[in-house]
Amino acid sequence: MNKVFMSGNHAFAEAAIRAGCRSYFGYPITPQNELGEYMAEHLPKSGGVFVQSESETAAINMVIGAAAAGARVMTSSSSPGISLKQEGISFLAGFQLPAVIVNVMRGGPGLGNIAPAQGDYFQATRGGGHGDYRTPVFAPGSVQEVADLTRVAFDVADRYRTPVMILGDGMLGQMKEPVEFPDMLVDLPEKEWALRGRGEGASRYMASLILDVMEMERHNWELVRKYQAITKNETLYEGYMLDDAKIVAIAYGTTARIARAAIKRVRKEGVPAGLLRPITLWPFPKEPLQELARRIEDFVVFEMSTGQMVEDVLLSLEGRGRVAFHGRPGGVVPTPVEFSRILYREYQRQVKSEK
Amino acid sequence: MKLLNKWPSYYKKDVVTHYCPGCGHGIVHRIVAELLEEMDLGKRAVCVNPAGCAVLAYKYFDIDMIESAHGRGTAIATGVKRVKPELFVFTYQGDGDLSAIGTAETIHSANRGEHITVIFINNAVYGMTGGQMAPTTLLGQRTTTTLGGRNPKFDGYPLHITDMIAPLPGVIYAERTAINGPAGIQRTKKAIQAAFQVQVDGLGYSIVEVLSACPTNWKMTPEESFKWITEVMAKEYVPGVLTDKRGGPA
Ligand SMILES: Cc1ncc(C[n+]2csc(CCOP(=O)(O)OP(=O)(O)O)c2C)c(N)n1
Ligand code: SF4
Ligand SMILES: [Mg+2]
Repeated sequence: MNKVFMSGNHAFAEAAIRAGCRSYFGYPITPQNELGEYMAEHLPKSGGVFVQSESETAAINMVIGAAAAGARVMTSSSSPGISLKQEGISFLAGFQLPAVIVNVMRGGPGLGNIAPAQGDYFQATRGGGHGDYRTPVFAPGSVQEVADLTRVAFDVADRYRTPVMILGDGMLGQMKEPVEFPDMLVDLPEKEWALRGRGEGASRYMASLILDVMEMERHNWELVRKYQAITKNETLYEGYMLDDAKIVAIAYGTTARIARAAIKRVRKEGVPAGLLRPITLWPFPKEPLQELARRIEDFVVFEMSTGQMVEDVLLSLEGRGRVAFHGRPGGVVPTPVEFSRILYREYQRQVKSEK
Repeated sequence: MKLLNKWPSYYKKDVVTHYCPGCGHGIVHRIVAELLEEMDLGKRAVCVNPAGCAVLAYKYFDIDMIESAHGRGTAIATGVKRVKPELFVFTYQGDGDLSAIGTAETIHSANRGEHITVIFINNAVYGMTGGQMAPTTLLGQRTTTTLGGRNPKFDGYPLHITDMIAPLPGVIYAERTAINGPAGIQRTKKAIQAAFQVQVDGLGYSIVEVLSACPTNWKMTPEESFKWITEVMAKEYVPGVLTDKRGGPA
């Protein structure tokens, strides 16, 4: 397929359809409305199901039903709506059902605003709903990556039978870029475990209620083993100009793009800066970061929040290195100039302390 | 020799019921299991069971089942039915589940005319959590959260949710019955059969509300409970066909 010029929101939808997703349930909320609208236009044409639900709560429960029946299924929303979906995401985790949930984040808390933000990192990476579970979280940084990671998200969801979240923001959702999509998937394998009526075989049931505490504990540890396998096999990150770096920015999604531009700027001023960009936020690329910390002392975490991913950075570094944080919450999109000032300042501090 | 009674084939054997003596749930379970067999639906059936005393219904029904979060049954059923229209999909829900926390899902699945069937067990209390007030609790009825009896000044009025959704064009069949004796049980079976048939015929949404005893939380004997259904509950929630659009729009 040739490159097309498309917004992130449309790319989420097109990539889902190409990943074999034929069912979408959602409720409108800015800045991700174009995703649902694209599904409403294109899914029925390909024999798929689009339902505009009465709420995000209803949507995620329709997702549960479709997933239980074996379908590849997606829902999407933005921050306040994702909060409403959390109960259902917890049930998906408990039932061990695959589904893809897109969060195009906006400023908060509360209704907040409709500008790009990264304030839902904790909610996404800590298994936002109740109970002891995690959800794999992918954080695309470009429209091309929206297309690529949406495919990966469906595969990971099916492979491990888990809900998967894709965490974007209003910038990524609205921005148009050239994008090339993977080929249309056809003939997905049947899911042995799905509900389809017992037929001549044994009946199946899906329950998250496990009253026997020993059974519940066994179930919890079974989930943990799955999360360990995901951590081992599915962790993704990208390094940029790390080889000779003496100071490393850590940022994801939109913020990483800005950081990349800032690094280009400061390198012209002789600051040897690099970037570590987590592509999965959970599992967090802990080992690559620890590896970097063997030779690099200085890290600067950039986020469009008051500081959430920085906690994972600190946890990963286990006391090593020096971590600075620069955040712009509330829907403010920082500029490369702003980031380059921070990188410059932090590097000067390093040089001074070495003297 | 005439066979008068047999174990329904979609009802599991060798399980001990967790329902209290005289509870309406067990009777309605039996009716549903019999109909799944008589109407030859069990093999392609998916039941969505609720949070409520029937959360353990999968212990009894020998068909494919999925539990729902409290109140979300008809949304889950919507998801199943939309992606697998060939399945026979029904929810089984209590009055707290369907008419309190799940009100939005109830109204909108009905309004979309989803091709699902809803079995609605109205026992005028929250059975599972120990007998608190439900939206369906009668005026003056004592519960653990209406100690002096339900007072409309503070607690609102009994909610007639089935009557509320019956006029919707998408609701093809709605009936209210009472499990208060052999005649009521027979009528309930006929009603659920009619509701199931609506889905089989591809007509749309159907619901049967069953007035059902909760002797434990009503603090009555099973016998007194049946009497209370007839003399008190059925006066507020009058049994009968609430809508029948099988022949076309009403
Ligand atoms: C979100 C949520 N809130 C509360 C509960 C606790 N809870 C479980 S069942 C129930 C009420 C059940 O009453 P009803 O639906 O009438 O069913 P019954 O037990 O009477 O058959 C409640 C409040 C829950 N499981 N989930
Ligand atoms: S508490 Fe009430 S509804 Fe629940 S099993 Fe006992 S009698 Fe039935
Ligand atoms: Mg009840």
